[in-house]
Amino acid sequence: MTRYVATRVALLVVISFLISVAAFLLIHLLPGDPTLAILGPNDNPTARATLLKQLGLDHGLVQQYWTWIRNVVHGNLGVSFLTKQTVTNALSVAVPIDLELIIVSQVIALAVAIPLALVAAMRPNKAFDRVATTTTFGFLSLPTFVAGPLLVLLFAVELHVVPATGFNRLSQGLGSNLQSVILPSVTLAIGSIAVYYRLLRADLISTLQEDFVTMARAKGLSTPYILVRHVLRPSSFSLLAGAGISIGTLFTGAFVVEVLFQLPGIGYQLVQAIYARDYLVVQGMALVAAVAFVVVNFGVDFLLTLLDPRVRRA
Amino acid sequence: MNPLRRRPHLRFPDVASLEGPLLEVEDLHTSFRTPRGLVRAVDGVSFSLGRGRTLGVVGESGSGKTVLGRSVMGLIPGSNVVRSGTVRFSGLDLTAMSVRELREVWGMQVAMVFQDPMTALNPVVRVGRQITESLRLRAGLDRAGARETALALLTSVGIPDPERRLRSYPHELSGGMRQRVMIAISLACGPKLLLADEPTTGLDVTVQAQILDLLATQQRERHMGMILVTHDLGVVANRTDEIAVMYAGRIVEQAPTAELFAHTRMPYTEALMRSIPRIADPSHTRLRAIPGRPPDLAADTQGCRFAPRCPYVQDQCRTEEPPLRTAGQGHVFRCWYPVGSAEGADALARNVSALVPAALAFTGTRVRDAAAAPNGARAQA
Amino acid sequence: MPEALPTGPAPRTAIDEARAPRPTGLSALGGVESLAGSLPPTGLPSKRTGLGAMFWVCAGWVALMGLLAILAGVLPLKAPNFQDYSAVNVGPSLHHLLGTDDLGRDLLARIIFGSRVSLVIGFGSIGIGLAAGGTLGLLAGYLGGVVDHILNALSFVILAFPALLAIMVIERFWEPVSLLKLVVLFSAVAAPQLFRIMRATTLSFAGREFVVASRATGATTGRILLRELLPNTLPAAASFALIGVALAIVTEGALAFLGLSVSLPTSSLGNIINAGVNNDNLTLNPYIALWPSLYIFLLLTTLNLMSDRLRSYFDVREVKL
Repeated sequence: MTRYVATRVALLVVISFLISVAAFLLIHLLPGDPTLAILGPNDNPTARATLLKQLGLDHGLVQQYWTWIRNVVHGNLGVSFLTKQTVTNALSVAVPIDLELIIVSQVIALAVAIPLALVAAMRPNKAFDRVATTTTFGFLSLPTFVAGPLLVLLFAVELHVVPATGFNRLSQGLGSNLQSVILPSVTLAIGSIAVYYRLLRADLISTLQEDFVTMARAKGLSTPYILVRHVLRPSSFSLLAGAGISIGTLFTGAFVVEVLFQLPGIGYQLVQAIYARDYLVVQGMALVAAVAFVVVNFGVDFLLTLLDPRVRRA
Repeated sequence: MNPLRRRPHLRFPDVASLEGPLLEVEDLHTSFRTPRGLVRAVDGVSFSLGRGRTLGVVGESGSGKTVLGRSVMGLIPGSNVVRSGTVRFSGLDLTAMSVRELREVWGMQVAMVFQDPMTALNPVVRVGRQITESLRLRAGLDRAGARETALALLTSVGIPDPERRLRSYPHELSGGMRQRVMIAISLACGPKLLLADEPTTGLDVTVQAQILDLLATQQRERHMGMILVTHDLGVVANRTDEIAVMYAGRIVEQAPTAELFAHTRMPYTEALMRSIPRIADPSHTRLRAIPGRPPDLAADTQGCRFAPRCPYVQDQCRTEEPPLRTAGQGHVFRCWYPVGSAEGADALARNVSALVPAALAFTGTRVRDAAAAPNGARAQA
Repeated sequence: MPEALPTGPAPRTAIDEARAPRPTGLSALGGVESLAGSLPPTGLPSKRTGLGAMFWVCAGWVALMGLLAILAGVLPLKAPNFQDYSAVNVGPSLHHLLGTDDLGRDLLARIIFGSRVSLVIGFGSIGIGLAAGGTLGLLAGYLGGVVDHILNALSFVILAFPALLAIMVIERFWEPVSLLKLVVLFSAVAAPQLFRIMRATTLSFAGREFVVASRATGATTGRILLRELLPNTLPAAASFALIGVALAIVTEGALAFLGLSVSLPTSSLGNIINAGVNNDNLTLNPYIALWPSLYIFLLLTTLNLMSDRLRSYFDVREVKL
């Protein structure tokens, strides 16, 4: 078991390293002068040279990378030339927002998808199943930038139930915080619901054909009991695996949602930095975002092995 | 009392004062609607079983015996299933009951031991819970009581170190132990009828004997009725009161065990018996398998279903299906030219000289010997 | 481009290997598995059942959208960028079938011209990705060896990095943004994905008897790849490819919404939706956001339906021997 964990962690480190190289190269290998963005086209060469020196861009690539990585490991992810804030600072603001978004949206998605799938799997191809499957299929065709505006139109503009944009911190009260978070979370949840429902339903139907389900029925156990205590757990592996993949879609969806709803999360800040070609910030945040993505995937994988007692011994 | 326990709303008669058979099956048909047509897995089966008696149901794969077991219990769900006929348990009509009512019966009154414990036990649930859940939810025991009963059950089925076993997962047990656990689970609520579907297939021969002994002991102690479904005649030889032989969804012969072995009538039964290798046979004796393949249950055939493979087959067999005929006390069979009768012997001889492959294989006659002796040699059977 | 949306149980090797083989729904019948033997074992479709009316209706719709996009220049549409201040925020009418936006531009024209970007990027990137990544996958799956290991590891690493992020960063730091550049970028992201899919499909076919038989009769590698493997793997990969197109369209839409797609004045659908959300347009003229949303919704639905149908069509033929 520990050998398995060790190899996975080693793999994680290697990939993180590769990601950092990729994040670095993405920006530095591209043609185009960063100083152009910062100073604008009308400037004098001296100012440019000073800036270059300031940003450390006059050194060789490898040297630059090394300096950057050393800083990163020491917790210094760089400074935004735009806001003069450190990236770490910006992150400390952004991360809680993203965490809340992810948690709330996934909770909503699971709370909807799991019961739907359970009921549908009990009577496959009957009325409920058909309606649920068709509806969730429709969700697959609603990307965040389509669903978001529609939801805003309906709930914020027409019904005035929630604010259209803005983020209210928890410190301002749970109620207003939830209000500002609910619409973006639902937007994100839509895609996840579709994925979770389909995965779970397929797995449930297949598990329901197993012999041990017939045996449980032969014991006279009731259908809800069998579903929840016997069928759900073996069927949830696909769900977890799907959750891991879903995180990927969440990342992209989150960018759009954050910009649309003006929530200052990682995505929002990243997009601003990209607009402004604030390359240090982009580098640092891209690194964080990418590594987080990989770590979550690994975590989910690990969780899967933990949960399946048959695989644990592998 | 455990609040999860549901109140049974069926009254089951006290079986001690039971008159009449424990189980009565009348003309049971179970078919499946498939893209290829209607598959008639159980095609008109009738039998009855008294309390404390054991019935063996023997047949090849594809004879419909597994479907029979599940159909008797009413365990076959699905929108493509067509069922007709009656199943009466303790006088109650199971076929007319709703699923909810059937759930009262399952586990408590009628229990099933499944064929493959590896797939029949939930691999991610501990063994202990798989035993105690029916005790707690159906029999109304509390947690401590259920645990004690589970321990007692495990001991009674011969599992050492039961405390540890309660916490194990199925894949941590050996095949034989898993089967014992399955038996323990099925006996947990004290059923009056036990359906054992191939309980020993896949187990070592020594373990097989132990399992069968275990079943016999439990049956005796609990005075249960038992149906042993298997493809292995050896399994039912000494452990049943009565044997029913199934072929292509029908019972082709049924008799008390001793009678069946002594006076076999149906050629299929005879072929089954002959196919059992005997330790007294000299080494390198050829296995006497039944040539041909099991019939296609979806096809609509005329005549006897065994005709293509029968050594005694005659023209009548191919066009007319033989009805169930009696041959002594409690012995019924389906055959136009039964074993041990003059017509049968005649038919066999004629087939040998006509070079019918099944007959040749049956008598062990080689083609050129048969061709050379036009009157048909009576070879050793 | 983000990983393909799973439409079935996701393959996780450790779990899948550890799980016991599942009996089919016919397990109740015991020995009637002979029914399975009647299905044809190859990946090629049998003529009995077709793909279904729904499939062709969807294909027709996609083809229609494509046609509109290609012929946009010659169709009798209003100029998409012409700002008619006398007809600002007009609802659907005879003159402007879908209405106008806040600058008086005809929405129908804008949508059709805008769809060009989405469709070119969607189909173009997958086409190129399939050609490049798919071919590599076919080769790697069949030939195996060191090359396969390297390529596989490479694809794994590339896919580890969130695609949208990479695209955003690259195309922003690499001005000016052109359609061609975007197509190249998207293809670069799609290729590893399609590589893995083709490789996996090829692997599942490479061990089959008809390949071995072909080799035994002296067929060259090229011939085997072209005549035996390709016709079998391509249909299976087609369903994933369609999902890929849908995803590419979504990604481009997201980029455009964020203002990071092709530079104006060519507006992509995402740009239009973005405009429809800003400046109170959602309240004043919801049509600006509504029509492109509907367009995207229909396009994605048809693509998803087609992909789903293809998958179930070819899956049934995969008899697990």
